[in-house]
Formats: sequence, C-alpha cells, structure tokens
Amino acid sequence: MTTESPIPIWRDERFWRVAAQAIAVIITIAIVSLLLVNLDRNLQRLGIEFGFEFLGLRASFDIAETPIEYNPSSSYIRALMVGLINSLRVAIAGIVLTTIVGVTVGIARLSDNWLVRNLALVYVEILRNTPLLLQLLFWYFVIFLRGQQGLTQLPGSAYLSPSGLVLPWLQATPATGIWLVLLLGGIVIAAFLWRWRIRIRLEQGVPGRQLWWALGVIALAALIAALLTRSLPFVFDLPQFVGKNRIQGGLRLSLEFAALLMGLTLYTAAFIAEIVRAGIQSVPKGQWEAARSLGLKPGLVMRLVIFPQALRVIIPPLNSEYLNLWKNSSLAIAIGYPDVYFVASTTFNQTGKAVEVMLLLAITYLGISLIISLLMNLLNKTLTTGN
Amino acid sequence: MTHSSPSTSPKSGIVTWLRQNLFSTWYNSLLTVICLVGLFLGLRGLLVWAIAQAQWGVIAANLPLFFVGRYPDESYWRLWIVLGIILTLIGISWGINQRSERLFNRPVLVAAGVVAVVILFLPLALVPRLWLLAMLLLLLAGTGLGNRFAAQGNWLYLAWLLSFPIILWLIAGGLGWESVESDRWTGLLLTLLTAVVSIVLSFPIGVLLALGRQSQLPVVRLLSILYIEIVRGLPLIGILFLALVMLPLFLPAGVQWDRVVRAIAGLTLFSAAYLAENVRGGLQAVPPGQVEAAKALGLKSPLITMLIVLPQALKAVIPALVGQFIGLFKNTSLLSLVGLVELVGISRSILANPNYLGRYAEVYLFVGVIYWIFCYGMSFASRRLEKKLNIE
Repeated sequence: MTTESPIPIWRDERFWRVAAQAIAVIITIAIVSLLLVNLDRNLQRLGIEFGFEFLGLRASFDIAETPIEYNPSSSYIRALMVGLINSLRVAIAGIVLTTIVGVTVGIARLSDNWLVRNLALVYVEILRNTPLLLQLLFWYFVIFLRGQQGLTQLPGSAYLSPSGLVLPWLQATPATGIWLVLLLGGIVIAAFLWRWRIRIRLEQGVPGRQLWWALGVIALAALIAALLTRSLPFVFDLPQFVGKNRIQGGLRLSLEFAALLMGLTLYTAAFIAEIVRAGIQSVPKGQWEAARSLGLKPGLVMRLVIFPQALRVIIPPLNSEYLNLWKNSSLAIAIGYPDVYFVASTTFNQTGKAVEVMLLLAITYLGISLIISLLMNLLNKTLTTGN
Repeated sequence: MTHSSPSTSPKSGIVTWLRQNLFSTWYNSLLTVICLVGLFLGLRGLLVWAIAQAQWGVIAANLPLFFVGRYPDESYWRLWIVLGIILTLIGISWGINQRSERLFNRPVLVAAGVVAVVILFLPLALVPRLWLLAMLLLLLAGTGLGNRFAAQGNWLYLAWLLSFPIILWLIAGGLGWESVESDRWTGLLLTLLTAVVSIVLSFPIGVLLALGRQSQLPVVRLLSILYIEIVRGLPLIGILFLALVMLPLFLPAGVQWDRVVRAIAGLTLFSAAYLAENVRGGLQAVPPGQVEAAKALGLKSPLITMLIVLPQALKAVIPALVGQFIGLFKNTSLLSLVGLVELVGISRSILANPNYLGRYAEVYLFVGVIYWIFCYGMSFASRRLEKKLNIE
C-alpha cells in the first residue's frame, strides 16, 4: 500500500484561501483597534466623554431658516432636525428641477438645429469642467447677493429683494380641497376606463379611443368641481411691491436657498444631460428606422420606441447623479445656508463632540442615500419589467 | 457654363447649410431666432460688463498669488524649473504618442510662433516672460526628442517616476536648499500638488478595492464592499473634516501630520472608493473566457489578474477613470472649506482684502477659467487616447 504524499501546505489552495482571509481580518482588526485605543486615550487626555447626552442640551445658537419651530433655547437635536429638513428641502427641489433641465439639455444636444445643439454643448462643457463650489460662490456672491443692495425686478413679476427671491406662486383657496378630491377621483376612474378600452380594442378589434374616454372623465370631474365651487382651484399669488424695498405675497426663497438650488440644479443638470444623450444614442439605429418604417410619427417614435429603451441605460447613472446632488448639498456651508452639515458643524464647534457629531452625520447621509437608491431601484424595476 | 459663376457657389453652399441646419422646419426657425436673440443679449451684456464695468486690476495685481500663493519670491525659479521638467516630460510623451506622424509641419510651427509673440507682449514683467518663452522651447524640444527617440519609449515611465521626488524636493526644499514650509504652498500650486498626488495614490488603492470586491473570498469581499459603500455614502466635505479635524484624535499623542498630508489622505481615501466602482465596471466587462483561457495555459491567479484581466479592464474604463480624475481635481476646491488655501481659498482671501471688496465676478470668472482649462484639457487628452487605443 503506497501512501500518497500529502500536498505540502504551502501548495494547497484551500489553505491559502483561509489564510488570506484570516490575514485580512487580523489587519483590519489591528488597524481599527489601534485607532480606537488612540481615540480613547486622546479623549481621556482632553477630558471629553463619549455620549449623546449633549443632544438634549440648549443649543443657544440661531438658525436663519426654520421650517419647523425653533429658537435658540431649543435643544441640539431640534437644531439638527431643522438642518435636516433644510437639506431635504433643497435636495428634493433640486432633484425635480435638475431632472427637467438635464433631460431638456440632453435632448437639445441631439437636436437637428445646429445652434441649439452647440449651445447645449457649450452649457455642458462649461458647467461640467468647473468646480461646483466655485459655481455656488459665483451664484451667491455675484448674482443673488445683489438682492441685499436693494430691490431688482426680474422678468415674470419676480423680485430679488433683501429678504430673498420672491416668485409668483399659486395659493390654495377653500375650493382647493374639493377640486383635488374630484380630480383625483376622475383620474382613478380614467385609469380604469383606459384599461377597459384597451382590452376592448385588443379583444374586439374596434378602435379603443382610450385617450378620449380618459380625458372626457377628467374634464367631467373638473366641470363638476367648477360648478360646485364656482371658482378656480387656486389663485395666482403675484408678488406686490409695497414700497421701501418691501414685497408682499408670492413665494419667498432666501437668497442662500436660491443660490444653492440654482448651483446644484444647473451643475447636476450638465451631467444628467450627458447621461440622457448617451442613453438615447445607445439605442441602435435600426430601432429608429424600424419604427419609422412602421409609419410612426417622430414624436411617437421617441415616446414609444426609443425612450423606453434608453431609460434602461439612463436610470442607473441617473441614480448616482441624484446621490451626488444630495451629498453636494453639504456645500451649503460655503454660502451660509443652514443645512444639516452646517448645523452639525456649529454643534461640533460649541460642544467639541467630534466623534458623536460625525457619527450622526454619517448615519444621516448614508440613510438618505440609501432611501434614494431604494426608490430608484424600485423605479428601475417597474420600468424595465414593463409593469 | 457661365451660369454658375464661382462667386455664387460658396454662397449657395452657405444658404443650403443654413436651410438644413437652422431653418429646416418652422419650429426649428423659431428656436433659432429665440436662441439668436438670447445669445445676442447675453453676449452683449457680458461684453459691456467686461469692458466697461469690470475692474480687472484685481487680477493683474494678484497674478502671482493665484498661481503660487505665498511661496517666497526669491524661490520662484524653483517652481519654474518644476514647470520646465513637467512640460519637457509632457512634450516627450506627446512626441512618442505621435511617432507615426510628422511633427513640426507648418501649422504647428506657425502656432508656436504665434504663442511666442503673444508671450512676448503679455502685460508681465520681463523675467516671467522670458521664463514662459523658455517653457515653450522646452515643450517643443521635448516633443521633438520624444518623436526622434520613440523606440526608447519605455524609459519614459521611469523618467516620470523619478521626476516626482525631484519635483517634491524642488518645491519643499531641504537637502541643501532653503526649505519652504507647507503652509506657504498655496494657490494653484497646492491645487495641482494635492490633485496629482491623490490621483496617483488613489489609483492602486482603488484597483485593490475593486479586485477585493470581485474576490472569491467572502471576508475580503465584505470588507471591500463595506469600505466602498460607506465612503460613497458620505459627502467629501465630511471626509475632509474627518481627515483634517478628527485625524489627530485617532493618532497617538504627539504624532503630528502635516495639514497637506492629511488633506491628501482624505482626498485619496475618498477617491479610491469611487475609482473602485469604475474599475469594477471594467472587470465585469472582461469576458470569463479570458480567465479560463489563461488558466488553461497554466498561469497562476495573481499573474492572470496582472497580465490578462487588469489590462483589458482598465482599457475599457479609461473615460470613466479620466472623469473620476477630473472630479477629484475639481473636488480639491473643497479644501478651502477646511482651512487650506488652494486656488479657491486664495481667491477668497484676496476678496477679503478691503482693497478688492466686491470684486467677486472678476475673481471667480478668472479662477473658473483656470479650472476649466485643466479639466477640459484632461478630457480632451483622454478622448485622443481613447481613439488611439481603439484603433490599435
């Protein structure tokens, strides 16, 4: 009986697999524990104790913009909440606006009009190749801070005033509720009718006219609402000049908010435009030709054939642009908009609780990033499976 | 024959071009008119401002500050030599890159001549103008040299590698030269230094993280994913805060890292996570047959990764990598928020000077143009490289 000589341990792949992982774990633990030991020693030396009790203490600093009730005698946790809401305000408005601007510029990049195409190119190349921080400083100090020197009227009855940018807006009336309920009901019924008419068209081969049915129901709902309330769903709230640099009515945005929103929107839109352009160009030429040879009009070719296919390419990078916008909103500190990073940084300066504040910030940013990613994945799944 | 006189044919060419490209349909005509009006109003406003209202004195008076910040005047020559080394190397690289083409044809020579004349008439003192001329000559000489000795191209990598410590020595001094403290490295000098060092350092870390994320070993994979996703979920300014304000808390008492080193560490750690994701895209694009073929040839797995997978993966993601590098270059502007005086920081400190109060537009436009030239240059070079690699 011949004994097979065992494979020497240093030639055995299974050994190396385990060993490599063990080494990785040991190195990671060593580094992390070294850092933590140092941290512990340093905190002891500086006389700082780890703990989140400070969050309940009086913040005693003022915040320029408070969407929820806050005053200097509120607690730190309240201040951080105010900051978080401010961050979310600018991020949500920014995501909506940047999508609109970005898609428009992206389609303009593919226009058959030479001037439009090249203007879009110039826009993208300028905005993409300069730092966002510089652009924010430019919007704030060069453009919006003019408001502080006095009142300027902008086109479209908007004003730049010392108390902020004032835009015309819609104002709710008592009738708004009734209008909303009836219109929502109309839209739900319209959706059902749409499906029903399409089924009829497919099963019986007669024209479905689903668009007319759906629009008809919504128009009917609007008519009933108009008859019931005898008014429009809202009134236009135009800013009114009341003398001495003062404006009444309208939607008032602080100069910092306006500058941050402008900077984030236009900067991110340049990247989204390139994503949209690449997405549309990724659809093979044959698809255009096939759709056209079926007799579809150019608008329908885009809507029914090209765009759905382009979306699959567009959505994943679009997600990371939204995440970038969210993270970049932390640059608000450069122009003094009280977002969550700004408030956290003030909290750190007052309390010296660097580790705790940093942990809170990390959890906040990671959490919101995760939510955005989840929403976008959901969207991606719905769109690509065609439900 | 006499119907088509030569003078009308180019004109009709222009007319057809206009019809096809600007006025093909009624809505295209409308768009064209709207764009033209907007463009006219915008450009007129800009020109009126730039000529009549802007006070460019703030730029002229602070020109050295923007570029080299508070670097001591008497050591400027060291920075000129640094620039000379870099331009020579760039010239050589370009010359090797263009080896199959004839360089120094008439347009190139005319362009070089025009640049030389422009440099001679720049509103600067005599010494910087002479230095700039020398830089142009070095660039041209480097290009010629690279083109002539293209066969020895592999030495170029070594030259780049060796140039780095020499450049650092020239900037920082020491070893026989008067040393310049790191808090005097400011302006564009600091921007370029932090950007280049972070780019170079983040590259290997990013590749390792990408390989770790694709690894068969679950622990290594998990650790890589954790690192990448946590860093990518945080804003850069938070990471810079960690590196500049909190890092001393994690170091043993008495250990002090230089602020520039800490900033570079923060930028590198941040950029590596994003780079890893880009490289991962390239790794996934390498067909599995390549690895199988390499295994069948008897290559060991480190060799497969080094020789087969990585070259193909990196080539596939060159545009994304360059985009990442451009992003990092732009992101160095955030250092101004944590107390380092790079290009944006120096403009902020110039604007804080009571003599230049309110000159925001001029300063920010000038700084924006500097950033734009570098970023656009990088993306232009990458497109050329990509085209060349696709042809080969």
